[in-house]
Amino acid sequence: MDPARKRTTRLVVALTCALLLACALVYTSFSASSEARQPSELASAQPGQTYQLTGRVAKGSWEHEGTVHRFEVVDRNGGGPAVAVTYEGSVPDPFREGREIVIDVRKQGTGFVGQPDSLVTKCPSKFTAEPKSS
Amino acid sequence: MLEAGRACLILALAICVYGIGASLYGARTGQRQWVASGRRAAYALAGVLVIAFAILESGFIRSDFSFALVQSHSSSTTPLFYRMTAPWSSQEGSLLLWVLMLSLWSSAILFLTRRRLREVAPYATAVLLGFGAFFCALLVFLESPFDGLANPPAEGVGLNPLLRHPSMMIHPPMLYSGYTLFAVPFAFAIGALVTRRLGADWIRSTRPFTLAAWFFLGIGIILGARWSYSELGWGGYWAWDPVENASLMPWLTGTAFLHSVMIQEKRGMLKVWNVSLVLATGTLAILGTFLVRSGILESIHAFGASTLGVPFLVLIVAMIGGSIALVASRAESLRSEHRLDSLLSREAAFLLNNLVLVALCFVVFWGTFFPLISEAVTGTEASVGPPWFNRYITPLALILVLLSGIGPLIAWRRATAANLRRNFTFPVGAGVVTLLACVLAGVTGNVGALLMFSFAAFVLGAVGQELYRGVRARRVMARESVPRAFLATIRRNRGRYGGYLIHAGVAVMFVGVAASSAFQEQRLVQLRPGQTERVDDYAITYVKPSSRVVPAPNGRLERIDLGAELSVRRGGGKPETLTTYKSFFPSTDPSLGPISRFFEGESTSEVGLDAGLRRDLWTAIAPDIGRLLPRIEEGDKVFADADELTPEQRGAFLGEALRGLSSSYLDSPPPATFRIIASPLVTWIWLGALIVFAGGLIAMWPTGTRARKPADAAQLARVARELQRV
Amino acid sequence: MEVILVICIVLPLAAWLVAAPLVSGRADAVATAEEAELAELEAARDAKYAEIRDAELDYRTGKLSEADWRELDRRLRGEAVRVLHELDELHGRSPAVA
Repeated sequence: MDPARKRTTRLVVALTCALLLACALVYTSFSASSEARQPSELASAQPGQTYQLTGRVAKGSWEHEGTVHRFEVVDRNGGGPAVAVTYEGSVPDPFREGREIVIDVRKQGTGFVGQPDSLVTKCPSKFTAEPKSS
Repeated sequence: MLEAGRACLILALAICVYGIGASLYGARTGQRQWVASGRRAAYALAGVLVIAFAILESGFIRSDFSFALVQSHSSSTTPLFYRMTAPWSSQEGSLLLWVLMLSLWSSAILFLTRRRLREVAPYATAVLLGFGAFFCALLVFLESPFDGLANPPAEGVGLNPLLRHPSMMIHPPMLYSGYTLFAVPFAFAIGALVTRRLGADWIRSTRPFTLAAWFFLGIGIILGARWSYSELGWGGYWAWDPVENASLMPWLTGTAFLHSVMIQEKRGMLKVWNVSLVLATGTLAILGTFLVRSGILESIHAFGASTLGVPFLVLIVAMIGGSIALVASRAESLRSEHRLDSLLSREAAFLLNNLVLVALCFVVFWGTFFPLISEAVTGTEASVGPPWFNRYITPLALILVLLSGIGPLIAWRRATAANLRRNFTFPVGAGVVTLLACVLAGVTGNVGALLMFSFAAFVLGAVGQELYRGVRARRVMARESVPRAFLATIRRNRGRYGGYLIHAGVAVMFVGVAASSAFQEQRLVQLRPGQTERVDDYAITYVKPSSRVVPAPNGRLERIDLGAELSVRRGGGKPETLTTYKSFFPSTDPSLGPISRFFEGESTSEVGLDAGLRRDLWTAIAPDIGRLLPRIEEGDKVFADADELTPEQRGAFLGEALRGLSSSYLDSPPPATFRIIASPLVTWIWLGALIVFAGGLIAMWPTGTRARKPADAAQLARVARELQRV
Repeated sequence: MEVILVICIVLPLAAWLVAAPLVSGRADAVATAEEAELAELEAARDAKYAEIRDAELDYRTGKLSEADWRELDRRLRGEAVRVLHELDELHGRSPAVA
């Protein structure tokens, strides 16, 4: 092969690889992502599908037995239906009733089960856009 | 003081605007005095910002609560060390630190190049001061660090307890040094494009800064990981959090640039690619700051609420648009002077390494921005988690490690089959032996990890062989002793051997990452005092609870710690004691009772860590305060009824009540929840990082400048002669 | 109070620092284009030297065969000589930049 054709071939191969990677990224990210929902948007939740639930821990709803925590989540503004969540694991340091949380949940029966290690608490007073300040 | 600080910032903004004008005017008209004046504006900017930062620091050190920023981010109970670091825990303070770093590094590069790059430097000055002007304008108009409080309260909110960690003192300045240092090659690339001086000179002059940027950003990233491991109660060091990703992206493209720029220097190839990389790196560094500061990825709503989102977006769009326009309009000057000789050459390996690094950066970019992309495309905000990242990062990282071993073994320009055999036999052997040893030892659970161990052994073998052969060649030529030949080899080829050491360090780090993520054992258990749990081959016994009320140096109560003493026994060895506790810091919410305030505020975990070369045992406690709640409520009631107490009496009673709580926790401890993690080779990550940084220092160490004399006709002899010097 | 300090001390200092080159008015106007060319050539020469040294190290550590290295070295030295010629030519053309 002459050098010019060789160069073109190389370029085509590289571009094809890039394109394949890009397609894989797009496809997997859309299929593997979990949608962020508030409790009022979870009415149509399908069993088996993972959702990223954001909202507030309802006042007076948090009880725990050993490492199993049960609490209810309401919309960020405090309204909306209360969604019951069961979570096994330790809650993060700033976890409190009334605080904003994000958790990956899966529907089970009438309630939701939190995925292991997915619970994140936003800190109310000092939350300034970055949980891990730098 | 507040007015003085504000005046300094306004002055700083004025200096930037003047400096941009003077530099551009000087460059256009060719009047050097204006260029010099513009350069000096950068020095003046650094001076004025140092004063402004000193004013802010003094406010924090003196706990002057008339500074709104001091009141909201510090308190008199915060220890001095953390009061000094508190300025950059705030948005305003960290922006000030950012622009301060920018001004210092800009001054340094402009001073060093004051007699060189006379055409390029004025434009670079204008770009650097343009960044300065942008940040100063943010500080003057939107996020003033010098806002005052008319009625200063007696006490401040305090520093977020999570940030009370030694590495937090140094982590942000390192990160910001890295970000701002990347602005230097960015600015000079723009200057080189504008003036069409796209040869080797601007690269040579800015290389120490590019290396330093890479170095500091790397330190910042590792310190962040270390902090996450030892301070956040989840036991990991990397979570693909947007803030982490933000710092990783420019580091990846910066690494790619450091490699590919060597090809440009040697061969005059890849010019478009290199300027694109350096411009992308500079833009990603600004993007990193933007991601952290605008809150855009927390949610779209936070972005709308943040005052910084729109200005940053405008800056980034301007940077990207300007870069593309400049590169496109200079296509003629960016043509390659040579072509790739052979696919079996170091150039080709570097090219492949570049593609992998850029692909890594793209994966991280896509994952980080996916919530925005998804909202734009489907209308719902969605995000991808660590498993998604790992799926792509793992194979790419494997290729990268493999390439970091291949690169040092291939010659520039062309390699032949015979040489390949000669060079690859030992390293490949090392890799294969490691692979077999791992399989025989039964480490087969994870293919990725297995391959990583083997590839890392290949890299270490390659680097070791290179060093050995280099020293041997030196000994033959100079007849020196082994240690002297070793030092001379490295001294004469700092870039090369520094780089090799970095490759070895990266391999060691990746071994740690692969082992600790593939073979980690994690357990969440509830234990009563006296009970024992087994994790891996450790037996962990909850010996007894611990509890204490910690006063601050000024006598006020800082926090209450509830924890445990653990006894850890490994195999049949001697038991060791680990302590872990959770610290509860009082909230400043006035609606809470004085006692419950302590348990409704912030809390942090103090990790009990038994670190070793082979394995770390990591423990953290989540104490159950449920049993204390009735007593806490009771205490609040007592305080609510007792109005006529003097502040001293209140303080004394509060101390009494908390000590009572503390001893009741000790007397009848409820079962506590422990997170216990046994992960192998975590220490290798920190060790590998140290090796990387040692290599970076060797590569960065300045070489003495050679005297340059115009020579006569005997050019060949001259080349030989000049080559003899180092 | 402190504002006055800033206005009276910091501002004049900064102004003096920035304005000094304008006041002294030393406009040493040398042909910058040639100077830049010179710097480019010097950078190219240094890069070439580094390449020659690298090639030698590659040969000594067994990555290049002797024949390949001799050939490469000769070519690289030739390229270096060309750069040096250009440098000398530039020096000859404008002694000011020497």
